[in-house]
Amino acid sequence: MDNLFILLLFVLVLSIFLGFELINKVPSTLHTPLMSGANAISGITIIGALLSSGSESHYLTTILGTAAVFFATINVVGGYLVTNRMLGMFKKK
Amino acid sequence: MMLFFQSDFFVNLAYIFASILFIFGLRMLGNPERAQRGNLVSSSGMLLAIIVTLFDQTIISFQLLSIALIAGAIVGASAASFVKMTTMPELVALFNGFGGIASLLVGSAEFLNVSALGSIALFAVSLTVLIGGVTFSGSLIAFGKLSEILSGKPFLFVGQRIVLSMILILALALGLELIVSTGLLGLSNEMLLVSLIGVAIVLGILLTVPIGGADMPVIIALLNSYSGIAAASAGFVINNNVLIVAGSLVGASGIILTQIMCKAMNRSLSNVLFGGFGASSSSSSGGSTEIQGEVKPINVADAYLILEAANSVVFVPGYGMAVSQAQHSVRELGELLEENGCDVKYAIHPVAGRMPGHMNVLLAEANVSYDLLVEPEDVNPIMETVDICVVIGANDVVNPDARENEGSPIYGMPVIEVDRAKTVFVLKRSMASGFAGIDNPLFLKENTRMLFGDAKESISTLVSEFKS
Repeated sequence: MDNLFILLLFVLVLSIFLGFELINKVPSTLHTPLMSGANAISGITIIGALLSSGSESHYLTTILGTAAVFFATINVVGGYLVTNRMLGMFKKK
Repeated sequence: MMLFFQSDFFVNLAYIFASILFIFGLRMLGNPERAQRGNLVSSSGMLLAIIVTLFDQTIISFQLLSIALIAGAIVGASAASFVKMTTMPELVALFNGFGGIASLLVGSAEFLNVSALGSIALFAVSLTVLIGGVTFSGSLIAFGKLSEILSGKPFLFVGQRIVLSMILILALALGLELIVSTGLLGLSNEMLLVSLIGVAIVLGILLTVPIGGADMPVIIALLNSYSGIAAASAGFVINNNVLIVAGSLVGASGIILTQIMCKAMNRSLSNVLFGGFGASSSSSSGGSTEIQGEVKPINVADAYLILEAANSVVFVPGYGMAVSQAQHSVRELGELLEENGCDVKYAIHPVAGRMPGHMNVLLAEANVSYDLLVEPEDVNPIMETVDICVVIGANDVVNPDARENEGSPIYGMPVIEVDRAKTVFVLKRSMASGFAGIDNPLFLKENTRMLFGDAKESISTLVSEFKS
């Protein structure tokens, strides 16, 4: 358990540094698409939602999990589509 | 074969691959030419992660899950396809809030499922619920303010900080009790969770109501970061790497954007969060220097003659352009000027509008080529060579007080120095002051001409003058 936690913590720290390196120096033209694209990625919590919803354990877990699937799906599908729509408008002549 | 697809090994391998796709996707989002493909790459990572999760052995019943998936997809897709570009800030805020509540629900579901969670997992549950709740209610308040269901004015009350710190302490106590369960609070586990959710929601509201309209870009970026942190924290609840990787990438990007926004206003994050900028009356600010000069209005016909003779024009849009939806007329005028042999640029301040990059999205919608959009630090050094700056519904981001008046609340903020251009046209409805409630001496400068009226109307009239 503790070993797993340390491993996850390790992943967390590295990803945070990676995130800062990746996003630095994004031109301000792309700030909105970056934000809404990143927002869609934060819908990754859908993975946890699917596991809670489908696991047939405590009935409350199923209910909350299913609600989480609903909201996370809106976040993921809507986020990616709207980002795509926005980016389609960014053109250079 | 089926067994292999269901194995943890396969699922985790796929999660690693999904993480790689997220990383590449985000990286490509930083480059205008590759951004759209980047978004596609990142979305395929998400699709992969979702599909392999559905193979997971712990998922037994698919009925409810598929209904929720389909319903969510329909709602999300229709919101994304039908929303107008001008309401983009609201939609981004709303999606953000949904991500927050999803994480909150995942944390709660797991807490109710496994009765004997380890203390680390319990800590993660408290954090997920707290941040998820703040993200949710904060985003909803931001949505309300942006869509003008709620007043955009900062809402301040006496003892705000004290109330806020007390609620934070309460959240801390509840979270701690959730982990160590001393029984001192006399609440059952379920009640503890519900109280923590309640506190988180109140906290999100209290953190967002004091934020005024012009500070919205900061709070939107900050909430964006929270939704990522909530997802990463949910990763610790269910021991899942891909949640941690994706969540922290989003958290980091949101923090960077928040920093950029704060820097563009020359203010600290805590000043934005607790300063209640614009709520105090202007009497307290910079009253020492009496502004001298007179307002010089100009009519469209005269403005046309000056524009017609100009060699270089810089448009400076602000929130007013979004309000009057003038972006299409502006693009048309820009094209006519270019045909006339004039050099046209659009100078965009990072905090113009209500979210980071707001003006860029509107101008992109109106088909303005993105290489014509320039940032303040690019245009300020060559400002003396610019014949005309056309300020469209921008106020504080062009206020010369930021450079000249040490008593001004916005002193030190990097602004677009339009007053250094040969001539400035300011398109404005009336002489009312900007969001910050401070006077703008730009309107009284020798080289400034005020073009009063609705921005869209004024520009359309200019366009027809050019055509005739």
